[in-house]
Amino acid sequence: MREITFREALNEALKQNLQRDERIFIMGEDVGCFGGIFQVTAGLMEEFGPDRVIDTPISESAIVGGGIGAALNGMRPIVELMNIDFTLVCMDQIANQAAKMRYMFGGQMNIPLVIRTPSGAGRGAAAHHSQSLHALFMHIPGLKIAAPSNPHDAKGLLNTAVLDENPVLFIEDKMLYNMKGPVPEEYYTIPFGQASVKREGRDITIVATFRMVNKALSVAQELSEKGLEIEVVDPRTLCPLDKSTILASVRKTGKLITVDEGTRCNGFGSEIAAIVAEEAIECLQAPVIRVSAPMTPVPYGPTLEKFYIPSEENIKEAVNRLMGYG
Amino acid sequence: MLERMLEIRCFEEKIVDQYARGNVPGLAHLYIGEEAVAVGACACLKDMDLITSTHRGHGHCIAKGADMKPMMAELFGKRTGYCKGKGGSMHIASLSLGMLGAMGIVGSGGPIANGAALAAKMRKSGQVVLCFFGDGASNTGAFHESANFAALHKLPVVFICENNLYGISVCMTRHTALKNIADRAAGYNMPGVVADGMDVLAVYKTVGKAVETARNGKGPTLVECKTYRFRGHFEGDPNLGARYRKASEIEEWKARCPIKRLKEYLVEKKIVKRSEIDRLEKDARERVEDAIAYANASPFPEGKETLEDLFA
Repeated sequence: MREITFREALNEALKQNLQRDERIFIMGEDVGCFGGIFQVTAGLMEEFGPDRVIDTPISESAIVGGGIGAALNGMRPIVELMNIDFTLVCMDQIANQAAKMRYMFGGQMNIPLVIRTPSGAGRGAAAHHSQSLHALFMHIPGLKIAAPSNPHDAKGLLNTAVLDENPVLFIEDKMLYNMKGPVPEEYYTIPFGQASVKREGRDITIVATFRMVNKALSVAQELSEKGLEIEVVDPRTLCPLDKSTILASVRKTGKLITVDEGTRCNGFGSEIAAIVAEEAIECLQAPVIRVSAPMTPVPYGPTLEKFYIPSEENIKEAVNRLMGYG
Repeated sequence: MLERMLEIRCFEEKIVDQYARGNVPGLAHLYIGEEAVAVGACACLKDMDLITSTHRGHGHCIAKGADMKPMMAELFGKRTGYCKGKGGSMHIASLSLGMLGAMGIVGSGGPIANGAALAAKMRKSGQVVLCFFGDGASNTGAFHESANFAALHKLPVVFICENNLYGISVCMTRHTALKNIADRAAGYNMPGVVADGMDVLAVYKTVGKAVETARNGKGPTLVECKTYRFRGHFEGDPNLGARYRKASEIEEWKARCPIKRLKEYLVEKKIVKRSEIDRLEKDARERVEDAIAYANASPFPEGKETLEDLFA
């Protein structure tokens, strides 16, 4: 199969959706002439025109609220927020309106809205352009959250997000944009709520998100040569969350590490640990270890940022700790 | 229009009573005194047109054609309410009536109204969207983002500021540097007009022009309706807001009651007889009684219905 980048996979999905359904349009800051700050929408305005790929003012509430209103009135908008950090500027529209409208109005309306947003550190962009805020949104009922870790999943999950009748926060790990991988040319979907076991193993379960999946796979490959078999589970969507695949894996291995770039307190790993504690604690042979970012803002300089982002070394340290439990 | 205004007034006067009896479990922000705005504005609309509303939304619902029975049931928290008892007074919506919803967060309706208007423009549906908001909301960022966006894209939306002079307890002179909120329109290159919000005919005329402009693809208008709420910010606001406004001020505005004014006009111009008006009022009161009976007779949802309606 041909290999393309994560960015190209997303661009192809957007293009195929714009071709497929007249009701779909794209709106956001610099998504038109400029092609998106990370070039995900490159070429789309040229092909589909400025009425379907709309450059907006720097008005995040107007962008997200505009998406909600358009979704209520027969369209299927895909809006882009340039960085997930900017979701905090328009949290009212995301958390109070998009997420709640269907419920608080008694289920009488659907809101087929996709909010695409890049996330994560690694580009020296510091505290306002580098956060990993997905756990914040897991706390808000009414939002679906997609979290692809490779180009294939990115395209399939984005297609599914666009078909969904509910608001979907589609989070793109910006350090994955250049990652290459096999992606079918044709249109396909990947169901939400189905985790992917990226590597099978009998000794330790690692549940990881976004590019941390790839770091976990790299560690698993390395340690496999030493006879240790790590299972790597990628939930792919954080809401709905495929608990059963995670629990089945932990029941098999008896050991759990979570790897996630979000900050530690009430993070993704905390939720996974709590689920396992509630539903499979009898299978655990060792403490659960959360590999996460520390409880600080994302720092700027390279030595600091390197320390901040969970590394393969951090994962190996966690594995070593667990191996002490036999 | 008189009939609608009477319905709103009777409905809300009954809520005062029902609230005091404990039948309305949550908050209720009443619209008494402001009826001319919702009724005059919605009278300019076609059925297909859309509105967004606020925490003080009962008037907008009735003006857009809502049935008082499921409205009252919603206030009572009953399953037969417009939102199955999940929304309450502050969150009534009816998609089939083009009422996109009352939003409890001040200022949040603007972006959503814009989006609906953007869809109307894209689909060439011919719809116009009215966005109701208050003087307080005109100070939120969301309002300014919406005004710019709507003007930029010449969206078929009309921003209707119901200036009742108070953001909860803070008087307009203490929360806004302008005398007229309509002046803000100039900053967005859209027309801004002031209407007497106590005169339903003035509201109808002014909003009618704005709706026509919007429908003709010529973009948004900001209409400021000067009005006043006769009750407090919410039921339970002590002495109708005596902590922050004078009783004499309330009485002055009450003398300008929009319903009294319309009645006098209709009788004076011999358009409607006083006996006919009395009959309309009696009928409205009966319909409100029917709504109360309906709400009382309706079942509460079961606790476990909490878990329904989150996702489609």
